[in-house]
Amino acid sequence: MSKILNTGNGACAMAVKAAKVDIIAAYPITPQTSIAEKLAAYVAQGEMDAKYLPVESEHSVMSASAAASAAGARTFTATSSQGLLYMHEVLHYTAGGRLPLVIANVNRAICAPWCLYVDHQDAVSQRDTGWIQFFVSTIQEIYDTILLAYKVTEQIEIPVMVNYDGFLLSHSMMPFEPADQALVDAFLPAYEPNWRLHPQWGGTFGNVAPADEYTAHRRRLAEDLEKAKELIESEARNFQDLIGRWHGGLLDWQGPGDAEVLLVSMGSMASEVQLAVQLLERHGIRAAGLRIRVFRPFPREALARIIPAGAKVLVFDRNHAYGTGGGALLSEIKAALYDRRDNIQITGRVMGVGGEDLPASLLASQALEMWEELNR
Amino acid sequence: MSARLQDLSSYEYVLPGSAACAGCPSSIALRLVGKALGENAVMVMTPSCAVASTGPLPHSCYNVPALNVCFASAGAAAGGLSLALEAQYEKGRLQGEMPTVFTWVGDGGTYDIGLQGLSAAAERNDNFIHFCYNNEAYSNTGMQRSGATPMHAVTTTTPLGKENPRKNLAMIMLRQEIPYMATASLSYPMDLYRKVVKAKSIKGFKYIEIHAPCAPGWKFATADTVEIGRLAVRSGAWLLWEAENGQVAVSSPTSQFTEGKAQPIPMIDYIGKQGRFAHLLKRDDQDAVLEEMRAAVLRDIRRLAENVNG
Amino acid sequence: MNQSTNPSAHPFRQPLARGMTGAAGLTGGWRLQRPVLDPAKCNGCLLCWILCPDGVVAKDTRAIDYEYCKGCGICARECPRKAITMVKESDYEQNS
Repeated sequence: MSKILNTGNGACAMAVKAAKVDIIAAYPITPQTSIAEKLAAYVAQGEMDAKYLPVESEHSVMSASAAASAAGARTFTATSSQGLLYMHEVLHYTAGGRLPLVIANVNRAICAPWCLYVDHQDAVSQRDTGWIQFFVSTIQEIYDTILLAYKVTEQIEIPVMVNYDGFLLSHSMMPFEPADQALVDAFLPAYEPNWRLHPQWGGTFGNVAPADEYTAHRRRLAEDLEKAKELIESEARNFQDLIGRWHGGLLDWQGPGDAEVLLVSMGSMASEVQLAVQLLERHGIRAAGLRIRVFRPFPREALARIIPAGAKVLVFDRNHAYGTGGGALLSEIKAALYDRRDNIQITGRVMGVGGEDLPASLLASQALEMWEELNR
Repeated sequence: MSARLQDLSSYEYVLPGSAACAGCPSSIALRLVGKALGENAVMVMTPSCAVASTGPLPHSCYNVPALNVCFASAGAAAGGLSLALEAQYEKGRLQGEMPTVFTWVGDGGTYDIGLQGLSAAAERNDNFIHFCYNNEAYSNTGMQRSGATPMHAVTTTTPLGKENPRKNLAMIMLRQEIPYMATASLSYPMDLYRKVVKAKSIKGFKYIEIHAPCAPGWKFATADTVEIGRLAVRSGAWLLWEAENGQVAVSSPTSQFTEGKAQPIPMIDYIGKQGRFAHLLKRDDQDAVLEEMRAAVLRDIRRLAENVNG
Repeated sequence: MNQSTNPSAHPFRQPLARGMTGAAGLTGGWRLQRPVLDPAKCNGCLLCWILCPDGVVAKDTRAIDYEYCKGCGICARECPRKAITMVKESDYEQNS
């Protein structure tokens, strides 16, 4: 298929249409709104054989989606920022309920004070809900990852959140290549749930569990999140075989393979990081970008495997992990590499919060500063 | 009534051996609802006594598919469920008659935390029946006041008696002009049964609120559950009526009050039998308080009557 | 959905329970008073059947399932023929 020009939100809506979603429940919030609008238009114009439920809040978005998924429907929604926070209770519920779902979260800062621009605080605040969380960095990757997300969620029965940066990706245009519908159908066949909330199957879903039942049920979710890593990687390879595109599995190493300085980031920042790597080259620093594509489950093993001994790991966080002195990614990376004990040095910066512009020059100068700190 | 009771199905939504209290009004009402809706139905529940009554996973007392959702989620979840089933029947993935989707929610999940989502479902005209079994408090957590708790009732969070009258949610629903709504009481089983059968036959949003006297919460003997419900209706403290597309019809025996054919029995005959109002009977001004309660009842009856032709 | 208490053995990942009689155990053990029906007085009006919260009165025979009857007394209170009497469990046990 030839390339077309569209926004991130437009590409997202196109992927949802290609995925032949049955039910969309949505509520407007900037910068997600144009996804909800586009999908409403697809349904109204008969371009998509789906039902659209215009609910009155994000809590209701996720409640309706949970029930629709339990009924066996392929379900989609999108949100941002406060909307994701308002869903929080039901995010825990859907993961605990093992309900396949895909949500696009268009990352935006959270209040107070109000702010419309990008950072990752909304999604990072949901890291312990049990959801799988992707962070993508291009419009092509938005489109492809929505399709991948359905393939993953319907097998492992854990909901998937595809995060991408508000305005930087949602509203800017980039050329990208939609997939041929026949190939999408081959990659993502119709959803055949194991169970439906329906008299044919019966059962009471989610009543009170005694401690042993609860413990085992929640442990199974934790274990299946670990198993999801292998599933994501294998389905990403299947996607590559069938549709021909690869965005990394859990991680995306961007730059020379022998780099000993690694600039770690998530989301669209990774593109600027690639330019910053080139700037560092001029200072004689052999660096590479390391993009975390899957934040939950956190790719601990893949990181430990890929990072060379003696490496300097410089982490850019677009969020605060309040009270830890840094961002969430920094804590995660340190925890993941702690067992290595082979002289890896790790430090980080919180940058780009509330839409602060992050040009490559700024990232490079901050990287240089961190590199010097580690060399002291 | 006896001949008609014979016709009711033997199918049970609530199986014996549930964790509900002895005399539980939710169980009585849900059994009746089950006989009206039948086997082809799906239930959505939010945290309430009815959920606590289920028994522990992996067992359940409910013999109808049930989804336990978050407390504020009833309206949206039932709307999403109904739409998702409809989509799959249309696409041929499910065959036969689409099940009736209904919620089984207490007054907290209806009047308070769930009202936003419920009102929105009513406005969208989502295709399900919302049942509120109204036991006039958060009974599951040990009897705290809700928006449905009547004035003067003692709860654990209104230890001196509630200072505000209850919300008149049925009137709010009436103003939403939904296809069908009804108030009912477990003490008038055939009236309740008829209303549920009617709701089942109508597409769109239906609201049925069932008055559900709670023995441990209201402090009366469990054997009196049905009698207290009857006294609520006979005293006018609970009014039985229904409305199709905003057109009100009053049910018997409440219709005798609205038509001026009979007067409600004195309030003392109703509240005097409940421990939650016992403090009123120790007050010097109890006559004045009872008179105020009576006046409020008569006002509600008058307003209901005005809506019949309104 | 089987009824195993080992959740990892459940065939579904969802937290699913199966409807069964006695989900909360033999609730007849809660009972302080036992409803006893005098069949000679019963006219089969079925109010006891429809108003029982726990569905322990058989529709056809009006036999009461004492394994699950919680002894709330609604059936006795509502019986128009006073065909059901509440008997203290301790007295009943002594007399039988």
